[in-house]
Amino acid sequence: MVKFNSMTEAIQKADSGKQSVPFWHDPAKRALVYQAVALALAFLIGYYIFSNTQANLRRQSIATGFGFLSREAGFEIGEPVITYSAADTYARALAVGLLNTLKVSVIGIVLTLLLGLIFGVARLSRNWLVSRIASGYIEVLQNIPVLLQLFFWYGLFHNALPSPRLSLHPLPGIFINNRGFYFPLPEAHPAYGWMALALLAACIICYLISRWAQARQDRTGQAFPVLAFSLCLIIGLPGLAWLLSGAPTAIDVPHLIGFNYEGGFSFSPEFGALLFGLVLYTSAFVAEIVRAGIQAVSRGQTEAAMSIGLRSKLILTLVILPQALRVIIPPLTSQMLNLTKNSSLAVAIGYPDFVAVANTTINQTGQAIEGVALIMVVYLMISLVTSAFMNWYNKKTALVER
Amino acid sequence: MEQAQITVHATDEVKPPVTSIGVIGWARKNLFSSWLNSLLTLLIFYLLYRTVPPFIRWAFIDSVWWTGGSACKDATGACWSVVTSNLRFILFGFYPYEQQWRPLIAICVLMGFMLYSNNRKRWNTYLLIAWPIGLVFMGLIMRGGIFGLPYVDTEKWSGISLTLLLSIFGLSAAYPLGVLLALGRRSRLPAIKTLCVIYIEIIRGVPLISMLFMASVMLPLFLPEGITINKILRAQVAIILFTAAYIAEVVRGGLQAIPRGQYEAAESLGLNYYLKMRLIILPQALKTVIPPTVSILVTAFKDTSLVVIIGLFDLLRTTHVTLSNPEWMGFSNEAYLFTAAIYFVGCFYMSNFSRRLEKELRT
Repeated sequence: MVKFNSMTEAIQKADSGKQSVPFWHDPAKRALVYQAVALALAFLIGYYIFSNTQANLRRQSIATGFGFLSREAGFEIGEPVITYSAADTYARALAVGLLNTLKVSVIGIVLTLLLGLIFGVARLSRNWLVSRIASGYIEVLQNIPVLLQLFFWYGLFHNALPSPRLSLHPLPGIFINNRGFYFPLPEAHPAYGWMALALLAACIICYLISRWAQARQDRTGQAFPVLAFSLCLIIGLPGLAWLLSGAPTAIDVPHLIGFNYEGGFSFSPEFGALLFGLVLYTSAFVAEIVRAGIQAVSRGQTEAAMSIGLRSKLILTLVILPQALRVIIPPLTSQMLNLTKNSSLAVAIGYPDFVAVANTTINQTGQAIEGVALIMVVYLMISLVTSAFMNWYNKKTALVER
Repeated sequence: MEQAQITVHATDEVKPPVTSIGVIGWARKNLFSSWLNSLLTLLIFYLLYRTVPPFIRWAFIDSVWWTGGSACKDATGACWSVVTSNLRFILFGFYPYEQQWRPLIAICVLMGFMLYSNNRKRWNTYLLIAWPIGLVFMGLIMRGGIFGLPYVDTEKWSGISLTLLLSIFGLSAAYPLGVLLALGRRSRLPAIKTLCVIYIEIIRGVPLISMLFMASVMLPLFLPEGITINKILRAQVAIILFTAAYIAEVVRGGLQAIPRGQYEAAESLGLNYYLKMRLIILPQALKTVIPPTVSILVTAFKDTSLVVIIGLFDLLRTTHVTLSNPEWMGFSNEAYLFTAAIYFVGCFYMSNFSRRLEKELRT
């Protein structure tokens, strides 16, 4: 009893004496101290770097700030998307570089998805030869550095392709030589503007129809042939616009002028090598992701779908793909971002992407900090926008669990 | 009893039809199971027929192996002479010519270690201690200055030795940093968590090139006057900082996979944070992330080739330089195929290893 009393006393003492616990034994206070120390350390390192940089910049009399952006760039850029000349400002030069980066990334991502899907499905083919070849493709391209692949294609295009006078001529109107790839293009005509408008209108109508069809199916269970209808609309409306605005058929075929071809649509060996290398390298990873995604859907799902009497096409579109996509999308996002980030390797083969232009700017102005900061900010923005979009899409397709 | 035996014997005698066993059966099942598959098979056979024999002719039959550059210009096939004549420069770069046996030994030791560690049954404490010792030995034999070997400055390490140095040293230094970052990201303290999240997300959002540019042009500005660090170390710092962010994400995955009960059990034993992590959580988490860590090593190994852009002489750059020699200009396919083969063997071996490990650890 005495013992018990002393114990309760001790407990009461401890309760009332909470304040007397030394602060290094109190987890909440300790956490505060840890965080304060971490913040102070980060601040000190930042301050140390900042003060050193200030001193170094002053000593080497390097200008600071982004004033250089409005000065004349004075260098030429090959294949600009918007009009550009050496007399334009650095800001415009960097914008041209950024557009070039976006151009190669967007085209690259579309081609990568297509090629990756084909090889991913081929990898799972029951045909032994097809699956062996797909797996060989995946293994070889995944395990060779992308920069080496870029150098390889660039060297191949430069050494193996003939000079403009001896251009390869695989199909009528198409010319390939070591200065670039040339394709025929319809001559400019107002009809093409109307066709673009018609295409846009067709897309909007398709979107509205698919929403209406979904709502109707949810309500009544009646399906509507959305895909066939959309295809007709997307091909038909621009076709109608073409017919109504005079059906122009003139085609601008590339032709040899002086030392090179002119006219039509063309791209340089640098762009070709960059696109080729990036697409082949990334599509190998995408193929692996697609394969893993399809394999992640268990066999029971297919069997269950068969047992309720779905056709094989419906099994794929209604049961397998929606589940596989959930597994596929997150790693696919990071592969798309990888492709965009790897497009910065263009600087090594001389394609004027953002990093290449920023690099020239750094070399000319000596303002390394601003240049590298611009590169980082631009890529961070691209990453953030892409991941925001993909997160939104991922949430839309995600499994709704109770 | 005898009757039964006889019936078994009798059914054995009935052989399956010729078309469903052997080569024909296999081909029917795997190549010609439907009309679409048959069409694909025939198409692929045709494509292989059009590409493989010309390639073999180019690479082996019409190729030249041991000539000078001018003799190559007349050959119709591949000019492997570009590799054989420049082999030592491609592999070892500017490492002193008569000392090049030293990186060769270091690489052999490394390969020996990797082959020995391949089998998971041999993993034990001794091996764990032997690895760092082996790496230090490789570094010493390359650097010299002891055992009576002449000193070779790291600036001269080039070719495959630089590639290996950057990737292996980069990963070993990035690993502890990555684990710390992952722990920070999972921390309950908001300030530390925010710092780690900002670091990881920024690094993962930018290309490695921008980090390398930063290291080569900005790092000298960050340091006080008078302190200079050599180019290789600067690139190494960039690779370490970059790889650490990726390792942090992999380790975070491992930490998340540990059930909550493990944390609670450790806390109920009265372990503090350090002991809880060191004795209970990290040993389990790090074991589960061994396969993705090997994949990161593969990526780091491939990514070291990017130092070409800031002018370091790694394996890819030495190949590049060889091709700028007027004698060997224009033989880029052969030289790059050779270098690609080296990278492929290394990466393929490691990614296979990682895949096998993943299978073994899962079961």
